[in-house]
Amino acid sequence: MTGPTRVTRRKVLAAGAALGLAAPAIVRGQSDAIRIGHLTPRTGFLGPLGEFAVQAADLAVDEINAAGGVLGRRIELLKEDSVNPQTAATKAERLIERDRVVCIVGEISSASALAIAQVTTRTGTLFINTGANSDALRGSNCARSMFHVESQNSMYVKTAGRALLAQGLVRGKRWFSLTADYAFGHDLLRVARRFMEQNGGQFAADRLVPTDLADFSALLLEIRAARPDLVISNLAGNQITNFLKQYAEFGLTFPVAGFGFDTALAWAAGRDAFIGTWPVVWHHMIDTPASRAFVDSFRRRYRRPPENQAWGDYVAMRIIAQSMTELRSTDPQRLIEHWRKGAKFDLMKTREGYFRASDHQLMHEMYAVEGLGSRAPNQWDIFRSSGPIPGPGEPLEAIAATEEENQCRMA
Amino acid sequence: MSTVFLQQVVNGLLDGVYYLLIALGLSLIFALGGIVNLAHGAFYAIGAYLTVVLAPWIGFGATLVVSPVAVALLGVLIERTLFVRFYREDPILSLLLTFGLAMVAEQALRMIFGAAPLSFSIPSWLRGQIVLGDFIYSRYRALLLLLAVVSVALLWLLLNRTAFGRVVRAGVQDPDMVGALGIPLRPYLMWLAAIAIGLAGLAGVLLAPIYSIHPAMGHDILTPAFVVVVIGGLGSFWGVVVAAILVGLTKGVTIGFGYSQWATAVIYLMMLLVLLLRPRGLFGERIKRFE
Repeated sequence: MTGPTRVTRRKVLAAGAALGLAAPAIVRGQSDAIRIGHLTPRTGFLGPLGEFAVQAADLAVDEINAAGGVLGRRIELLKEDSVNPQTAATKAERLIERDRVVCIVGEISSASALAIAQVTTRTGTLFINTGANSDALRGSNCARSMFHVESQNSMYVKTAGRALLAQGLVRGKRWFSLTADYAFGHDLLRVARRFMEQNGGQFAADRLVPTDLADFSALLLEIRAARPDLVISNLAGNQITNFLKQYAEFGLTFPVAGFGFDTALAWAAGRDAFIGTWPVVWHHMIDTPASRAFVDSFRRRYRRPPENQAWGDYVAMRIIAQSMTELRSTDPQRLIEHWRKGAKFDLMKTREGYFRASDHQLMHEMYAVEGLGSRAPNQWDIFRSSGPIPGPGEPLEAIAATEEENQCRMA
Repeated sequence: MSTVFLQQVVNGLLDGVYYLLIALGLSLIFALGGIVNLAHGAFYAIGAYLTVVLAPWIGFGATLVVSPVAVALLGVLIERTLFVRFYREDPILSLLLTFGLAMVAEQALRMIFGAAPLSFSIPSWLRGQIVLGDFIYSRYRALLLLLAVVSVALLWLLLNRTAFGRVVRAGVQDPDMVGALGIPLRPYLMWLAAIAIGLAGLAGVLLAPIYSIHPAMGHDILTPAFVVVVIGGLGSFWGVVVAAILVGLTKGVTIGFGYSQWATAVIYLMMLLVLLLRPRGLFGERIKRFE
């Protein structure tokens, strides 16, 4: 009895849709939508990046649904502000237990990502990290159900490091480094120090900076007195902006580089203050058809170009949709197997990428950008970019942490 | 003592002045009105955002006047409509009110301007360095310092050398007696809120070119400003001034010795020490109403 009834109902609905009358009703009426949880900081010092993440995830899901959804089903995105590790864990639990999401996507803070990973590991839920960088998440804390679209700190350091080697700023040079005094900064400093020592550089000084320090004047005076060959930023969030603005204010001329970076922070520093060499997973000037299309539709909708965090969440949604379609299944276990076997994805770059089976890190091209300073043509295009790193002839793994550098033992 | 260390000491002395504009306003509003204004940081943020909006049209110089005045007017509006209801109430209630106001202001900034920080640079005529022998310092910061010192000096004159100031000081100690003498305190409270909040707006303009401009920037400055007020003693003008300089100096010297990771913790340790030894703060006066 139920069979024919259902068919009839579908026909009625289809007719309604064709008339363009009942679109919202269909959306609500469809109970078999694929639910995905999106959890990322939307307030606090990472909030500005979280806003890009949410906007991009929304855009991706709308595009996927407009093209017919996945396996004929709509994707429904349940979005939450992760706030801090405790809240992130609670909300992850609620998304899994109450809302029955098939996976959780997002995060920027390494500490919150770890808290979410503990929940998803326990419940066997798929977690795709789009913004947390710490190597530990891919090493000592790695998990079978966790995949990383965001690059690990090692990839950031090696990407910027290649540009610095090319500029002759490593061997025999003295670095003055400023490091954010929390988990992310410490992890980054460890990786940066290893790179510097392997390539024959040394620290002129190495300072930890409390995350609530807004005024860098005292450190800038110290830098001026130390006369380093290179000033290194292992800072995060608004501190990068504050540092760059005040570095310009004090008129220091030592070359600058950083190992952690987000384009929004450079835009906030402005073209007068943004200088130096920085690594990035993606930026809005990458000249591939897919990237151009993404930038265009993002700009049309949000009236600003997308930045690297937008790329992470946009690509993550597309990876999920593409894989579910290929597998004709929404089963997280099958997705994990599929990805571990090296499934390839279009990441809007010159080469396709894949998740490395050993630590579930996405292998993809990165870029080193260099601030143009006041020569920048407008408020957005304030840097020039290297070509893809690694280059065309090299394996994508060339910039990732080796097994000796960061070992992952998955249960 | 090396030149570098001497530079750190001087820079530390200057560093505290930034907090002063915020801390003095906080202290004034509490001393006369009994309101702990947790929204004070929000007015600072609004001052900074107004700078970004107005400077391209009227220039940075004019913004230095227009933006604090606009923030002061907003302050008066809030004083007239909200603060007046809480002057005679338990400070806990006004604490809740201003906490709410701060959140509303932050979210409003986020809704209007987005969560991403905005860019704003030092105007070209203020860039460059001042060189005095071995001492090299940012020209912009010298101006910032000058304006802050002038504002604080004017405020001191207003409070200590005018009829207005006499009433305010009397009102801090004994509002009932001032009332009994036939002087209504309400207009004084309004003017004081305008001045205190206007100073926060001025701090917003002055720091916009060198700090990141984002919706939660008020939080970043409010906490150290509160620490300054607590160390200096609520209601004490010179207490707040001395505390601001002390906080800046301690921070500068800590970084100068190479212990930058302690730069902010040391301020809280100092507050703890002061609270243990002198719970009213360094120069805190005994205010009958609050005992």
